[in-house]
Amino acid sequence: MSQQQAEKEARKQSAPILQVKNLKKYYPITSPFGKTKDFVKAVEQVTFDLTEKETIGLVGESGCGKSTTGRTILRLTEPTEGAAIYKGRDLFTLKPKEMKKVRKEIQMVFQDPHSSLNPKKRIGEIIEESMKIHRIGNKAERIEKAMYLLRRTGIREDQYYKFPHEFSGGQRQRIGIARALAVNPSVFILDEPVSALDVSIQSQVINLLEELQDEFKLAYLFISHDLSVVRHISDQIGVMYLGHLVEKASTDELFENPLHPYTKALLSSIPIPDTRVRRERIILKGDVPSPINPPSGCVFHTRCPFVIEKCKKEKPIYKESTNGHLVACHLY
Amino acid sequence: MVGEHLLEVKNLKTTFLTEMGSVVAVDGMSLHVDYGETLGLVGESGCGKSVTAESIMRLLDERTTKYEGEILFKGQDLLSLPEKKMVDIRGNEIAMIFQDAMTSLNPVYTIGNQIVETILTHQKVSKKEAYEKAIEMLRLTGIPSPEKRILEYPHEISGGMRQRVMIAMALSCKPSLLIADEPTTALDVTIQAQILDVINELKKELNMGVIMITHDLGVVAEVCTRVAVMYLGQVIEEAPVDNIFTNSLHPYTKGLLKSIPKIEGDRNKKLYTIEGIVPSLHNIPKGCRFAPRCSFADEQCRTQSPVLKETDGGHKVRCWHYEKIGQMEEKIDVTATS
Repeated sequence: MSQQQAEKEARKQSAPILQVKNLKKYYPITSPFGKTKDFVKAVEQVTFDLTEKETIGLVGESGCGKSTTGRTILRLTEPTEGAAIYKGRDLFTLKPKEMKKVRKEIQMVFQDPHSSLNPKKRIGEIIEESMKIHRIGNKAERIEKAMYLLRRTGIREDQYYKFPHEFSGGQRQRIGIARALAVNPSVFILDEPVSALDVSIQSQVINLLEELQDEFKLAYLFISHDLSVVRHISDQIGVMYLGHLVEKASTDELFENPLHPYTKALLSSIPIPDTRVRRERIILKGDVPSPINPPSGCVFHTRCPFVIEKCKKEKPIYKESTNGHLVACHLY
Repeated sequence: MVGEHLLEVKNLKTTFLTEMGSVVAVDGMSLHVDYGETLGLVGESGCGKSVTAESIMRLLDERTTKYEGEILFKGQDLLSLPEKKMVDIRGNEIAMIFQDAMTSLNPVYTIGNQIVETILTHQKVSKKEAYEKAIEMLRLTGIPSPEKRILEYPHEISGGMRQRVMIAMALSCKPSLLIADEPTTALDVTIQAQILDVINELKKELNMGVIMITHDLGVVAEVCTRVAVMYLGQVIEEAPVDNIFTNSLHPYTKGLLKSIPKIEGDRNKKLYTIEGIVPSLHNIPKGCRFAPRCSFADEQCRTQSPVLKETDGGHKVRCWHYEKIGQMEEKIDVTATS
């Protein structure tokens, strides 16, 4: 235990591998004549650091901007403002050619294993393809590596020539992970990687991800709406609401001492699979407002049970309570 | 047993006739639901929980589906009723809400129209009264300013609101049995908490029986009074909800409970996993259906199918070795603590 803690401490000291600074993404809403009418404010001023071998979890409800955050880092959609510093370089200013090289090092695993694998290709080819694009090894080496990765992720090698539809959801997710591993990445962006899977398969994939993190020294950005999964896998957690990162802390700190009213409500509404545990539930009123017209002041004030006059007018700024626990709320 | 159950399913077997031969999706299902009770039907995808619900409502295409067994609703066998009688029961006495509210609502009619349609089909009331009733139902489910909402179309409201509309529609004829098929799976946790609350409140108010179909054991713990766990078309364990969480007997149920990441406790431990994947219904394993994935399976499990056996206090389990497994685990616990 002490060794583990020491390791964690050492990790904190080391420089972050990926720094996301003030990330902002607005999607324009255009009129039929191409004039921009308004913006969907998907991500607003999101900042976090990702250290080597560390996992940061992003949680929030649908439409809170957690997936957009992941996608803009890889520039799958272009960011509106902000910076993502990877190994000293800002990804958002790189030319397409340079960006391609970076994509080798930052890989993405998607939620839906049914639509993220090419149905016309054999799984072996799917894994080889990414190595081919990035010119890694010769043909024989590539096949050998693909075979190894399949075995490592728990797919039998003799299934190399099968098509994606011949596999179950969990197996397909393993293939997606093998494909991402093929190009020797150092960062994984995992967008709801286990949400589509059944409970018994979900735990298999989570364990696999944890093993791979140690083995390949990967840093994970783990995006999920499932707080218990995020708690299990993450070292740090960022809670998002309507495009804003409202609270960020180490996992244990966040669960023991949540500060933001939204985090509290979110934690209290997770159904616990045990009838012996009974908790006071905070039930939030109403729905998440539209990101086209987010509420003034604190974006959460329309649903917050502790709202005060100040919340409606002023945007809260981050306050640090203890060791890196950040919260954006007027009450603290 | 005193009196009759609201719903009693006896030995239900639902067979699909497909081009690749027939597939038995639900095999020998027996369960019952009483007034004011919530029965949880749990299991992973493909275990037959939705097919069970659809069989009770007789929603499946009867040209390619064969039902066997009995489904007694208030003492009447639904499987032997003519389709015309069934129409009177569907939506009136037994109502169903589905997972995806967007695709279950008609996009070209207003919310009001759709609720009124249900009321007018089953009750002799004027259109005006039906509208008033619809507004009342929407208010009951917690929709703000229902007089305005009733004129809106499904795409104009949020997912949580749509699910409320579905509930309002399902309950508009005051059914005695509500079947909820994954009603909160597509919703966010804070909205899920709201919807589960609504269902629970209305259950008490109308004294309905509820069948809650879900894969989420957390939801089960929150709302159910009794639980049936399904695996590959069979009930493998049935018990009062507390027993499932404190004293589950079947290795599959135990495995499921252990493999969920917890919200408290040690998170550095590896997650428990059930090895392998759910077999296809086209080649169901011989003997106990869970045997290929069970770490306790022996020769008997692989050759003979166990029956659903009652242990005590309404706890039923389909396993040859549940007693032995319980003792073994106790021993493991003792050695672990000492």
